[in-house]
Amino acid sequence: MAIYRLARSRTITRFLKTKICPFENIHERFITPNHSLFDAYSSYKTLAADFTRKPHELWDKTANILAFRRFESARAGEQAEAVAYTDDDDDDENQEQDPHDVVQAIDFPGGRVTFTPQIKFISESTDKRVPCYRVLDDDGYPIPGSRFEQVDKETAVKMYKSMVTLQIMDHIFYEAQRQGRISFYMTSMGEEAVNIATAAALSPDDIILPQYREPGILLWRGFTIEEFANQCFGTKNDSGKGRQMPVHYGSKKHNFVTVSSPIATQLPQAAGIAYSLKMDNKEACAVAFTGDGGTSEGDFHAGLNFAAVMEAPVLFICRNNGWAISTPISDQFRSDGVVVKGQAYGIRSVRIDGNDTLAVYSAIRAAREMVIREQKPILVEALTYRVGHHSTSDDSTKYRPLDEIEHWKTARNPLARFRKWVQRHGWWTDEEEAELRGSIRKQVMNAIQVADKTEKPSLKELFTDVYDRLPSNLQEQEKSLSETIKKHEQDFPADVPL
Amino acid sequence: MLGVLRRKVACKANGVSALGQGIRVVASRAFSSSGKEMTVREALNSALDEEMSADPKVFIMGEEVGEYQGAYKISKGLLEKYGPERVLDTPITEAGFAGIGVGAAYYGLRPVIEFMTFNFSMQAIDHIINSAAKSNYMSAGQISVPIVFRGPNGAAAGVGAQHSQCYAAWYGSCPGLKVLAPYSSEDARGLLKAAIRDPDPVVFLENELLYGESFPVSAEALDSSFCLPIGKAKIEREGKDVTITAFSKMVGYALQAAEILAKDGISAEVINLRSIRPLDRSTINASVRKTNRLVTVEEGFPQHGVGAEICASVLEDSFEYLDAAVERIAGADVPMPYAANLERMAVPQVEDIVRAAKRACYRSTPLAATA
Repeated sequence: MAIYRLARSRTITRFLKTKICPFENIHERFITPNHSLFDAYSSYKTLAADFTRKPHELWDKTANILAFRRFESARAGEQAEAVAYTDDDDDDENQEQDPHDVVQAIDFPGGRVTFTPQIKFISESTDKRVPCYRVLDDDGYPIPGSRFEQVDKETAVKMYKSMVTLQIMDHIFYEAQRQGRISFYMTSMGEEAVNIATAAALSPDDIILPQYREPGILLWRGFTIEEFANQCFGTKNDSGKGRQMPVHYGSKKHNFVTVSSPIATQLPQAAGIAYSLKMDNKEACAVAFTGDGGTSEGDFHAGLNFAAVMEAPVLFICRNNGWAISTPISDQFRSDGVVVKGQAYGIRSVRIDGNDTLAVYSAIRAAREMVIREQKPILVEALTYRVGHHSTSDDSTKYRPLDEIEHWKTARNPLARFRKWVQRHGWWTDEEEAELRGSIRKQVMNAIQVADKTEKPSLKELFTDVYDRLPSNLQEQEKSLSETIKKHEQDFPADVPL
Repeated sequence: MLGVLRRKVACKANGVSALGQGIRVVASRAFSSSGKEMTVREALNSALDEEMSADPKVFIMGEEVGEYQGAYKISKGLLEKYGPERVLDTPITEAGFAGIGVGAAYYGLRPVIEFMTFNFSMQAIDHIINSAAKSNYMSAGQISVPIVFRGPNGAAAGVGAQHSQCYAAWYGSCPGLKVLAPYSSEDARGLLKAAIRDPDPVVFLENELLYGESFPVSAEALDSSFCLPIGKAKIEREGKDVTITAFSKMVGYALQAAEILAKDGISAEVINLRSIRPLDRSTINASVRKTNRLVTVEEGFPQHGVGAEICASVLEDSFEYLDAAVERIAGADVPMPYAANLERMAVPQVEDIVRAAKRACYRSTPLAATA
């Protein structure tokens, strides 16, 4: 068992002697004050490259600082007076060997680790939470010093129009359920930016594993309003053959894996798909979504741990919208949200303002590039708010204050914020807004009316796809069923085709 | 170096050369063990080897399958031959690696997921049922899941309650899954190959105590393209007085019971189910219509067991042909005890099968009298 003597580095001591907070350091690094507001020629590569140039150094420093914090001074930001050490790879030429400042390290399975004569607990919480990446303020003005990926008019307008479409579609389908025309619906209200900006930032080859509040991605990729309606009404035109309850969309041609109700099961599956993409050498990644509630599932642990160990190119996106049905995040976990969990798995993570379209777009672009270039998982926590109820089976006014909902619906509305930015560029007008809203509304209403009247899938679809080929017992049952129907034709409902 | 070369050769998907390699490798292994006999372990290993060689999309994942050569040595030599990208050792997260396997299958790979025993599959059962079994149906055929979940099932020797449960009935009730239970080496080879090639999710229930047992294998079974049909039972021994159905280890017990019954003048027909889902109802019913008496044997718990399903099926299809009530032999309705004497009482023994068959044959007097 070798014991290594390490010397103090001037850099680190200087670093530690000033009053610091590790997270402040990260913040500083990536919001540099001397960049201009609109860096017209910066590409996403620059943003991602900033991260990847020296990521390990940064994480190592953070880890060391946390480890050195003494038990008595559990508050962050206090002077850490512990003995410093440095890794022997960098700064070698600058250090002064001072025998009084030498620290010892020891080997264990897992690597070399320094030891201290005093118990040092890593604090369970910090004064300062991990800051979130934000580009636009609440009025849609870019924050001074913000760095983001430039978006051209076409993309910006398409994003905005898709957000409006999603919002209107959600509103009208919700009403349709209330009128008894469909059995169930879930809205994505308040999370339009996460939906659409993420979709815009990814490539159509990236395979999406949704939770259930990401229809915006399908919308962006070309799933039509009529197709949404057909799935919700379970008609014969549904590509899902009426097998699933509403909002459980799936589309192989859009690389959108069918929504599965059990929470977080898609997370280890994403690692599996990503591993397959890696074996195939594809320039694409798997993108798995979950909510704040989903991070409590065992599958969250399994998925992230495996992805890190297998070095699978998965982009984990957590929509932290504050509520898991009626469970607020204070009852869900006691960590600083979801972003800090990434480090526990050895996964690089970032927290972003999920209601800021441009922030989401830039962050996802950067994260995706990292995932594919480094073939490692990344965790993105998008802070947002679930404006609507969990689903049509829920009445959230029963467990949260009305004014809170109102606040997020109006003052913190992601559409309004982005619209202001787009309009200020001269890319959108009030007339276009009115026209768009009118036409989408009409299109959605029409789609619903048509779907409502469309035939249901034929009876033979009851038996197909259980297996690759129809097994004998189902063939028998199908035959027996059609014979029974023939015998009692008058009792068989007219609107169900055979 | 040699390992790398061998891997390079084995991984090439050229049909003939790879198969040629396969046959030569298998044949030499078989001849070197004991003529045309093969243990179930060797059978499974050779089946995995050949299927991995023939299709580069097949890969194995599970705890201890790689470096340790397999918890029961079923995947021996495969890591060395195919490399760590195709034989993956996993952390102890059944839910994790089952989920990853399902995801890989969604994408189009053909994973073979090993559970150290099927008792641990309960930690992953949501992925097996809600993801693997139902996906093809729920996605209207867009997402097929060509995955195989395999591992030892049922009682071993002296491993206690949490390592001894039989899951045939649990998985057998789920539409979307195929459930297989091999007995002999030929069963193991043919059914595992069929399972790996099948586009649907397959639960492959092996038996730890059978791994070391040797069975004769035909030359046809040694061929690398050998495959048994899923959903067909095998009549291990023909008879005319009573039908005994069994699967996995109980087939051996049923055959021993048939020998004993023969000495008492009862000719028993032993059916090796091979496939729990789909259940080969036609073979079972044809046999019952011939013998008019039925004894079902299984190791698992009696309530809602495989025997219950067979019994109901025979009542539905061949009621008029039954000359006696159906006899069900199953494990005791208790969590498996550890002590050797108690364990012996909790699992069906050959004498139990013999007694049941005799009851089925002499049941001309009312039930009360035979109590």
